[in-house]
Amino acid sequence: MNYGFQFGVVWDNIPELLEGAWLTLQLGCFAFAGGSLIGLLFATIKTYGVWPLRFLVDCYVIFITNTPALIQIYFLYFGLPEVGIRWSNEACLLIGLTMNAGAYLTLILRAGFLSVRVTEIEASQTLGMSLIQQVRYIILPHIAKSIYPALANFFIVVLVMGTSVGALIGVDELTGQAINLSTVNYRWLEYFTVVAGMYVVLTFIASIGLALLGRWAFRVKARIF
Amino acid sequence: MQHLEVSDVRAKYGTLEVLKGISFSIKKGEIASLVGPSGSGKSTVLRALMGLTPITGGTVMIGNERMNYSSAKEVRAARDRMAIVFQQYNLFQNMTVMQNLTLAPLKIKKWGKTDVITEAHRLLGLVGLSDRANAFPDQLSGGQQQRVALARALALKPQILLLDEVTSALDPELVNEVLDAVRKLANEGMTMIIVSHEMAFVREVADKVIFMDEGHIIEVGKPADIFDNSQTNRARDFFSKILRH
Amino acid sequence: MERILEQIPRFFSGPNMTLLLEAAGLTLAMTLTGCLIGFGLAFVLVYLRQTPGMWALPLRWICITYVEVFRRIPFIVVIYLVLFFIQAVTPDASLFTIAVIAICLYAVAYTADIIRGGIESVPITQVEAAQSMNLSRLQTNIRIILPQAWPVIVPPAIAFAVSFIKDTALVSQVGVFELTFRGKELNNQGYSGLLVFGTIALCYFLLSFPLSMLGQYLEKRLATPRGERRSRKIRHS
Repeated sequence: MNYGFQFGVVWDNIPELLEGAWLTLQLGCFAFAGGSLIGLLFATIKTYGVWPLRFLVDCYVIFITNTPALIQIYFLYFGLPEVGIRWSNEACLLIGLTMNAGAYLTLILRAGFLSVRVTEIEASQTLGMSLIQQVRYIILPHIAKSIYPALANFFIVVLVMGTSVGALIGVDELTGQAINLSTVNYRWLEYFTVVAGMYVVLTFIASIGLALLGRWAFRVKARIF
Repeated sequence: MQHLEVSDVRAKYGTLEVLKGISFSIKKGEIASLVGPSGSGKSTVLRALMGLTPITGGTVMIGNERMNYSSAKEVRAARDRMAIVFQQYNLFQNMTVMQNLTLAPLKIKKWGKTDVITEAHRLLGLVGLSDRANAFPDQLSGGQQQRVALARALALKPQILLLDEVTSALDPELVNEVLDAVRKLANEGMTMIIVSHEMAFVREVADKVIFMDEGHIIEVGKPADIFDNSQTNRARDFFSKILRH
Repeated sequence: MERILEQIPRFFSGPNMTLLLEAAGLTLAMTLTGCLIGFGLAFVLVYLRQTPGMWALPLRWICITYVEVFRRIPFIVVIYLVLFFIQAVTPDASLFTIAVIAICLYAVAYTADIIRGGIESVPITQVEAAQSMNLSRLQTNIRIILPQAWPVIVPPAIAFAVSFIKDTALVSQVGVFELTFRGKELNNQGYSGLLVFGTIALCYFLLSFPLSMLGQYLEKRLATPRGERRSRKIRHS
C-alpha cells in the first residue's frame, strides 16, 4: 500500500468538523426527545388504549422497525415534495429520525410499563398510598430503573447511527462535513479516520454524562463501556 | 510409604488467606476425611489439590513425584493423578451420561474406545445406573446425577479420589444411595479424601479424620479418637455441637 | 397524485420488478455473508479476549477497544473507511467485497458482546469440572461451553443480523446495486419518490419482518428446558 497519509489538511478543517459534531449532537438530542414523546404516548396507548388505537400503534411500530431509517427519510425528502410538502434537509432528517426513534422508544417504554409487578402495586395499596403517590413513588422509579440502561444505549444509537444518515441527504452534520470536505481534496481516509475518532469521543462524553445522570437521578448503574 | 504428602500448603482467595499452612499425609488405600465448620478451608484443600485454587506456598508429593502447581504442565500432572467429585455434581449438561463418562478417557487420556466403553458400563453398574447410560443429566434425580459424577471421576482411573461434600446438595432420602456407592469404593481399596458433614458415615469408612478450623489443621486421628476423645477445645466444641443428637 | 397513479403500471413492469428482486437478493446476500463471517470472527475475538495471564493483557485490551470503538462509529463512516482503504490496497476489489468487509467489521463488534454474554451464562462450575479433567481451554470451549451457550447466543445474533438488513441501505452510497441504490436510480429516472421509496420500504419489510418472526420463534423454541426438548426429540425418533 503506497498511500501517504496527510493529516495536515484535516487539521485546518477542525473548526468545520466541530461544527458538524455540534449539529450531530443537537440532532441526536432533538430526535431522541421527540421520539421519547411519541414513545411515551404510544406506549401508554398500547397499555391502556382501546383496540383500534392499539392496532394502529402496532402497525406503526412494526412497519417502522422493519424498514431502514434511510428509506423513511428518503420518502420524506424525495416523496413529499410531490404532494406539495417541502421541508429543508435538516427538517426531513429530524422528522424522519424522530418518527423512527418513536417506534423503538415505544418498545422500550412498553417493556418498562410491563416490568411493574402487580405485587408491588398491591403492597403500595396496602400502605394506603393514593394513585398519584403510587405513580410518583413506586411505579415511575421502578420503570426508570428498569429501562434506563436501554434508553441510554438507544440514545447512543440515535446519536451515531441515526444522525449520520443525514449525510446522504446533504445535511452538514459530522459525517456530512467529512464528505463535503474530502470531496474537495480527496483526503478521504484522513478525514474519515479523524471523524471516526470524533464520534468515539463524542459518544464517550455522552455515555459518561448519561451514566452520571442515571446514578444521580435514578440510582441506576448504567454501563459506560 | 506415604502415597500423598501435603506439607505447609497455603492458598489465598484474593487477599484472604484460606489455607494457612496445611500438612497431612495418607497411605495408599487409606481414606482420610476432612471435617470442620463451614469456612474452615476443607473444600479449599481439595480445590488446591486439583489446581482450581492456586496455592501460594508449600509442596505436594504424590508417590515420589513432587507437584508444585507452578506451571500448566505441573497442574496437568496433578489432575492426571487425581479426580474430584463436586458438591453440585457438575455433570456436563450438554452430554449424555455415557458421554460424560467417556469424554476425558477418550479425548484426554486417549485410551482405546472399546476398553473405555466397557469400563464405563462397569462403573455405571457399580453405581447402579446401568439403564441410564443415554439419559441427559437434567433427566436424572440429584442422587442419580451424583452417582454418575462418581462414575465419571472413577473412569479417569485416579490414584486418589477427592469427594467434596458429595451429599450436601441432595434431598435426605437420596443421600444413602450415594453413600452406598462410596462405601463400595472404600471396600475396593480406593484411596480417598472425603470432605463431609455426614459424621456417622465418616466414622464408618474413614481411616483417619483431619479436623480443620480457620485454615489450620487442629487435630488428626482415628475417627473414634477424634469424635469421642478430642484433645483440643475447638474440636471438642465442634463435635459436641454436631454429634449431640 | 394523478402522476403516481399514471406511473403505477409502468413502474410495476417486469424489468423493474426483476431489478428490485435482484437488488433484494443482493441486500440479503451481503448482509448474510458479512454477518456470518463476522459471527465466526467474533468467536475468535472473544476467545482471544478471554486469554488468561498477564502476557495477554495487551491482547485483551485490543479486543475490548475494538468492540467499544466500532459500536461508537456510524456504519456509513466505516463504509467510507473500508472503501478508501481497500481501494488504496487493492484498487480492483469489487464493491460487493467492500460492502461485505464493512458489514463484517461491524458485525464482529456487535456479536462479540452477544457471544460473551452467552459464554458467561454457562456456570463456572462446568468449566471447573472440565479443567479438573485436564480439558484444554479450547476443548472446554468447544465441547462444554459453546454447546450450552448456544441457545443464549443464537436468538440475539439472528436479531442482530435481521436488523442489520436495514442498516445495509447505507451501502447504496458507495454504489452497490442493492435495494436502496436501485430505488434512487428509479427515482432519478423520473418515477415518483413516494411510489419508489414506498415500494423499496415494502421490499425491506418483506425481507425483515418474516426473518424477525423466525428469530422470535427460534428464541421461544430454544428457551424450552433441555429435558423437555430432548424427550420430544426422542419420542419422534
